[in-house]
Amino acid sequence: MSVIVDHLSYIYSAGTTYEKKALDDVSFKIDDGEYVALLGQTGSGKSTLVQNLNGLLKPASGTVYVNGEDIFEKGYDLKTLRGKVGLVFQYPEYQLFEEDVFTDVCFGPKNLGLERTEVELRSYEALKQVGLKDEAFFQSPFELSGGEKRRVALAGVLAMKPEVLILDEPTAGLDPNGREWIFELIGKLHDEQGITIILVSHSMDDVAEHADRLLVMDKGALTMDGTPKEVFAYYKELMQIGLDIPEVSKVMHLLKENGFNVSTDAITLKEAAAEILKSINKGFNR
Amino acid sequence: MSLIKADKVSYEYIRRDKDGSVEGVNKAVDEVDLSVEAGDFIAILGANGSGKSTLAKHFNALLYPVGGTVYVEGMDTRDDEHLWDIRQTTGMVFQNPDNQIIGTVVEEDVAFGPENMGVKSKEIWERVIRSLKSVDMFEYRKHSPSRLSGGQKQRVAIAGVLAMQPECIVLDEPTAMLDPLGRKEVIASVRELNETAGITVILITHYMEEVVHADKVYVMDKGRVVMHGSPKQVFSRPEELKGLGLDVPGVTLLAEELKKNGIDLPAGILTSQELVSEICRLLSII
Amino acid sequence: MIRDITLGQYYPAESVLHKLDPRLKITGTFLYIISLFLVRDLLGYAVAGVFLAIMIAISHVPFKFMIRGLKGILVILFFTAIFNVFFTPGEVLLSLWKLDITKEGIRVGVRMVIRLVFLVIGSSIMTLTTTPNRLTDGLERVLKPLQRFKLPVHEVAMMMSIALGFIPILVEELDKIMKAQSARGADFESSKLAVRIKSMIPILVPLFVSAFRRAGDLATAMEARCYHGGEGRTKLKPLRYMKRDYIAYLLLFVYLGIIIMTGIMF
Repeated sequence: MSVIVDHLSYIYSAGTTYEKKALDDVSFKIDDGEYVALLGQTGSGKSTLVQNLNGLLKPASGTVYVNGEDIFEKGYDLKTLRGKVGLVFQYPEYQLFEEDVFTDVCFGPKNLGLERTEVELRSYEALKQVGLKDEAFFQSPFELSGGEKRRVALAGVLAMKPEVLILDEPTAGLDPNGREWIFELIGKLHDEQGITIILVSHSMDDVAEHADRLLVMDKGALTMDGTPKEVFAYYKELMQIGLDIPEVSKVMHLLKENGFNVSTDAITLKEAAAEILKSINKGFNR
Repeated sequence: MSLIKADKVSYEYIRRDKDGSVEGVNKAVDEVDLSVEAGDFIAILGANGSGKSTLAKHFNALLYPVGGTVYVEGMDTRDDEHLWDIRQTTGMVFQNPDNQIIGTVVEEDVAFGPENMGVKSKEIWERVIRSLKSVDMFEYRKHSPSRLSGGQKQRVAIAGVLAMQPECIVLDEPTAMLDPLGRKEVIASVRELNETAGITVILITHYMEEVVHADKVYVMDKGRVVMHGSPKQVFSRPEELKGLGLDVPGVTLLAEELKKNGIDLPAGILTSQELVSEICRLLSII
Repeated sequence: MIRDITLGQYYPAESVLHKLDPRLKITGTFLYIISLFLVRDLLGYAVAGVFLAIMIAISHVPFKFMIRGLKGILVILFFTAIFNVFFTPGEVLLSLWKLDITKEGIRVGVRMVIRLVFLVIGSSIMTLTTTPNRLTDGLERVLKPLQRFKLPVHEVAMMMSIALGFIPILVEELDKIMKAQSARGADFESSKLAVRIKSMIPILVPLFVSAFRRAGDLATAMEARCYHGGEGRTKLKPLRYMKRDYIAYLLLFVYLGIIIMTGIMF
């Protein structure tokens, strides 16, 4: 399922003294099956952008095409769209409300108007997918631990069987184990089920490791679009707009500045280690 | 005399089933010994559920130990007579920036502590101004906290504690809900207070980058202190840290990888600057 | 929509009204409301209207901002007008089916509407020019005599001030939850009332859960900052009457005097 963002602009509190342009003529295309990360400082317009992608917010001008169809056209079925383009908000566990976990997960598919057996089947599968233990299925969601709640909330969106999955800071507030688990799940959804992933994140290390393509936003505009290697080459520009680069990337740039003949392309640990070893060995041979 | 001393401190939560009868006991903190000297910067690390936040709440008598004793400036925290002295000696900053702001204007929030202590108005003003200046938030004194960024809110919270003129600040995962920029702001403020004003800091976190500059690091797991020492000592055991569900800084892992490949680097490299200068030194020897 | 509510909101500016003592503003608003019910004729309304207009002018709060508070009570205004116009007995001007519009009805209806509009704008001026904290400080002091009757005045004032501080946070949270549930296909725009009422559950439950969690956190944070009730508490900004407050009290009584005179003389 492809997503095309076409000259999208969005204005908050239009016509009042607090008027603020949150998105300024943003255009890009995401193809079926891509794993994209959306980067930017708080307030750069990331969240506003993703809320436009499934019609939660309506743009001031421009539009979004999902599978070639204009989602803001009159009569377009937004409810079906929200099943196809799943959006997981930051701290999604705060939206749980049902008496037990299973019923809560059913909420999404039920809203899609599916038959009961289908709803329950999907919910069961989704809960299995996020690896929640069976005993917890009929517990109150409020009795679970923070990490388990997050799993349930994710299952609630997965049960709608989205073809595009947007995740806004899915690892916020989790410890390293929890973070690792989330990325494993996203990786599986992407690789095995071909779901298009749009990941909103602050963590450069995570993004460098997982995403194939980075979109960088600053003050409501799209400023960079490329592979992690391409984007992290502009590390000075990234720092200027309040973003970081992966720690290992920083090492490579520092080495280069110190006169080392290393490629600053390396963004993962393995690549960096290999590159440094190569350079040091050359030094030995000098 | 140590500023804070924990002597075999234990704390238990009683688990209850739906009918309210006792199901079991969770040892959240298990015979922890710890001492903090005036002027120290102490970090307590641990995964979610390791007991680090529970331990922190003992330092200003929000919780009382079930076994063992906590002394603050020699006062037993269980001694009701000293309750307010203890809370004034060790101030506390919490995780969620929204849930600890009491005033609707920044300066009024900062004044809350000294107001409770019965400080005279004129002196409250002096303290408010001084505290806000020391966290670089003075120009926001007339703002409504709800319009500040997460990092700014946390700095206001720190100012609120400073206005009580404590000896020690305990920060319970102050950066867990912040973006990278906010995290940097808060940590920079905390370090500055420790270095220039000599305020004792106890920082609870699971972000490794934040503890690099600490004097002493305690690592907790399942309620126990399992490692302690200087950051270098602790981070020279990356495998163990990972086993405890903790992250290790990317640079430390890179250095570790290089060491495995026969490069002679010292243990416990923590920053990119450090790694680069070590590599440079290595090559100049050759 | 929720953001439009101006009642209880503060508008930062540097006017005389902003600087006045909150106790004065509370008393003043209270007396103004009473005066609205003392007024009987056009002249009285004119005096009250002029007084209000002067207050609006010196408050430095944009008029647009002020009348936004009226939007919330439009329905009430409408029904007040209708009810009075149709159900006041008197000289019949026009008969619509079984309902009579009377001369007295129109007069009473118009009066009631004017009264309500003045009342709402009058109290909005107080809240718009006073920070919630000053307002609660003022209330605490004005109501202090009631403490003798074992009324927890400090606690109530503290609760109000905290509640006001939490409003923007909860509004934001509500917005977030509504969006999150919409993303899960929830329908809040159905025309059927039953569906709409049911659709509130996925919003209200998380909102309450979150409010309770926040309240718990806040209580701990307050305790950690040595809060132990109103006893022995000092204030950053203690309330102290200034010269301008005494002048304002004087003007207030002059206004009241004029209102009473219009009632007696005409």
